[in-house]
Amino acid sequence: MEPIYSFKPLAAILVSLIAAPFIFGSRSPNVREGWTFLAALIKFALVGSMLPAVLAGQEFSYTLARVLPGLSLTLRVDAFGMLFALVSSSLWIVTSAYSIGYMRGLDEHAQNRYFTCFAISLSATLGVAFAGNLLTLYLFYEMLSLATYPLVAHHQDREARTSGRKYLLYTVGASIGLVLPAMLMVYHLTGDLAFAPQGVLAGHATRTTVAVLLFMFVFGFAKAAVMPLHSWLPAAMVAPTPVSALLHAVAVVKVGVFSIFRTLSGIFGTDLLADLNLGVWVTAVASVTILTGSLIALSQDNLKRRLAFSTIAQLSYIVLGVGLLSAKGLTGGMIHIAMHAFGKITLFFCAGAIFVATGKKNISEMTGLGRRMPITMGAFFIGALSVIGLPPTGGFLSKWYLALGSLEANQWPILVVLLTSSLLNAFYFLPVVYKAFFCTEQESLFTGPRKEPPRWCLVPPVITAVCSVVLFFYPQPFLKLARMAAAALGG
Amino acid sequence: MTAHYSALLIVVPLVVAFMVTIAGWIDKRWCFPLSAAALLATFLASVGVLAEVQQNGVVEYFMAGWEPPVGINLRVDHLNGIVLVAIAAVALLNLLGTRPIVEKTYADRLGAFYTLYILLVTGLLGITATGDAFNLYVLIEIAALTGYALIGMGPGRASLSSLNYLFMGTVGASLYLLGVGYLYLATGTLNMVDLAARLPEIYDSRLVLSAFILCLAGLCLKMGFFPLHAWLPNAYAHAPSPVSSLVAPLVTKVMIYVMVRVMLTVFTPVFAFERLQLGGSMVWLAVIAIVAGSFLALSTRRLKRMLTFIIVAEVGYMVGGFWLGNRAGISGAILHIVNDAAMTFCVFLAAAAIQQRNEGETIDDLQGLFAKMPVTMAVFVVGGLSIIGVPPTCGFFSKWYLISGGLAAGHYGFVAALLFSSLINLVLFFRIFEIAFFEPFTDHHGGHGHGGEGVHGVAIEEAPLQMLVVMVTAAVMLFALGLYAGDIVEGFVTHVIPAGIL
Repeated sequence: MEPIYSFKPLAAILVSLIAAPFIFGSRSPNVREGWTFLAALIKFALVGSMLPAVLAGQEFSYTLARVLPGLSLTLRVDAFGMLFALVSSSLWIVTSAYSIGYMRGLDEHAQNRYFTCFAISLSATLGVAFAGNLLTLYLFYEMLSLATYPLVAHHQDREARTSGRKYLLYTVGASIGLVLPAMLMVYHLTGDLAFAPQGVLAGHATRTTVAVLLFMFVFGFAKAAVMPLHSWLPAAMVAPTPVSALLHAVAVVKVGVFSIFRTLSGIFGTDLLADLNLGVWVTAVASVTILTGSLIALSQDNLKRRLAFSTIAQLSYIVLGVGLLSAKGLTGGMIHIAMHAFGKITLFFCAGAIFVATGKKNISEMTGLGRRMPITMGAFFIGALSVIGLPPTGGFLSKWYLALGSLEANQWPILVVLLTSSLLNAFYFLPVVYKAFFCTEQESLFTGPRKEPPRWCLVPPVITAVCSVVLFFYPQPFLKLARMAAAALGG
Repeated sequence: MTAHYSALLIVVPLVVAFMVTIAGWIDKRWCFPLSAAALLATFLASVGVLAEVQQNGVVEYFMAGWEPPVGINLRVDHLNGIVLVAIAAVALLNLLGTRPIVEKTYADRLGAFYTLYILLVTGLLGITATGDAFNLYVLIEIAALTGYALIGMGPGRASLSSLNYLFMGTVGASLYLLGVGYLYLATGTLNMVDLAARLPEIYDSRLVLSAFILCLAGLCLKMGFFPLHAWLPNAYAHAPSPVSSLVAPLVTKVMIYVMVRVMLTVFTPVFAFERLQLGGSMVWLAVIAIVAGSFLALSTRRLKRMLTFIIVAEVGYMVGGFWLGNRAGISGAILHIVNDAAMTFCVFLAAAAIQQRNEGETIDDLQGLFAKMPVTMAVFVVGGLSIIGVPPTCGFFSKWYLISGGLAAGHYGFVAALLFSSLINLVLFFRIFEIAFFEPFTDHHGGHGHGGEGVHGVAIEEAPLQMLVVMVTAAVMLFALGLYAGDIVEGFVTHVIPAGIL
């Protein structure tokens, strides 16, 4: 079917970019947040308006500019891009609400800059989701790195500065040092960078070349935090918590895995990787990251750092999904983008809510917290269940598909990795919840009446927690989109 | 009228230059409007010539109707057409943008300053438009002499740097002149097209080889190709800021144009690439230039000096790209002549604005500048991103071609050098952004107690409006040049490259 040539994808990207100067120039907090909400709602509406057609098998496309002979900046909305765009644009609305509670609650400085950079980041995220070729994807990928740098460095103290440096060096350094040459190499070999269902590289390169390019992409998209290029992510936790929640659990890191996913499926092609037997290497790299990440998470006392290492591990599930090269594995990887997003953002929201209400950052200081903040800790529990992959939460579905995918691909060691990882996840999450609720009066560090955080900080995690549960019973449209995308890839 | 566009390019500023001198004696207020009018006319003429080239191909103009070999001709094709527009645009914008600084610093010498300025631009335009190898030397000297004078007008060590530049520049120009002399001995003509026609018969002669080496060596010196760059950092860094934002973007780029012109038109690619097999070693020299330029830039904490070392590296980009000898590499080099002029102009103008407000000249003096000069810093960021090579700024696209050229030629050293230099540029610019953004450190942790906006309560102290408008225009140009890179390459650059080159 011919794609529909439409301005909508570009409009969806531009909305928040256009809002950015208004947000930056706002004189009062209410006006600023009004602009943010307006942009977020319009963006979501634009993305949503394309959903029915995409579900019906249609695609949208738009060409921005022909920047090189034979190579354009092109947007293309397909099922996978739609899935990612839906997740990030819907969660932006929730996060904006949460940001208001968090930033006002802590009386943070430079809030105009903060909301502006947030808006630009969301433009870049949708740009990656809708990129029709590798060059366009690269453009928005770089834009995202630069727009999030001021957010990571928000506090402007020594620690923020060091983290900002690390963040840039890892994400931009790897993209210039690895992705850029790899992309040029692909262009040199094939003369094309468009994402095609079975890739463009087949028949153009030897096995060694393909393998080298593969690793340049997998590690070069360092936002995916595949080890050993992962350590920017725990460092970036110095940012305000809404940033950690939306960007470092959803938008930025998922842009990393999304880019890997797109490149591996759209440039290399699953058939080529299967023929050359290279998927195994991808799964091996991902497995190492999954297990190591989970093990390190066990030892972290700072809640946000524990969540960060958990994210590192969970991101590699998605990389694992594409490495399996089977339909179920691909589906699992793709819906994990959505399921993990809802689960992990809940956890971060809760971590931030705890910080706003009590000023505590460390897990060891949270014993008995369930008595003081039962709703927050309840949401935390659901988020934890989703990340562990237990029913009745959405996280179960993605792990289920990944497990099926590993059986389909005849790789039972992967199944072992998945189960071990789930156990580890339970080990590092459940004690937090358990100690918060079940402890003796003497052990409890919190006394007094129930005191939940401000409403703006409390409602968002509840919403996302409820979503995590709902997604278990009704995983549409994400599952349908993922299945369509997997079918299109013919894995 | 249209037939005379190419002549107007040179004649208008030349005549106006003398009018400016006279205006300087009578009423200084006339100096700037006259200069601006002349450069605006020049810019329009350059666009006119380019449009004509686009329509009818090569435009040739015989001065006073004398045909070669007796007379001097101007010859504009797709290659120098775009370079002419770039020169005229940068010269005009810089004139408009730096007016507040010039009128403050040189209030008593406005006539002299603007006369030299216009003459320098005339020289550069002439170098680019001429079709005569000897005439080119004369114009190089005009541009150089006015350049020495302008640079010498700076404070402190400027006159010493200018003297050093004078020595080195004279050596370079003399080498080129010697080469042209040999060519004249060998062929009996100075017209570039005639030279190209007569040379192939005597490619084997030692005279031609010596001429080639002398010309190339002279041009390398003039363009500041490492290790012949020693004059460049001091001259450009110590020059008055309105001058450095003119010469830094243009002079080296014009010299690279001359190299491309001499190699492609006079000696032809057959001789330069195939007979001499010089490509490989020149590209390796370029690799050294890129790496050395990057390290030198890293080693200094003075803002303008750092930018000049980036130019040394960029010269390596263009020389290397050209000597790869394939279509992508040469396209990249030519595209980069225009793009680098634009982005160097952008950062140097921002640096001029910064320096005008700040007394210090090291990057440590830039503390709190994002709050103090937000627009200037935004422009500086855009320029920096372009130099790093972030899409969709133009720097990315010329780098794209250069790297493609390296891959096509299998010259992985060049590819690695370009990537390395991009990473170093990332460090260089973010080092500055960091200082301007973070310092002075806030006295709190965790972000509490900062309710208000207007970080640190620093008052905004922007550059004059006129400067800001020009800077923003330059920054927008970087995006425009990037988004239209495909059209520029297809519309102009591809016509330049001889069919024999793949």
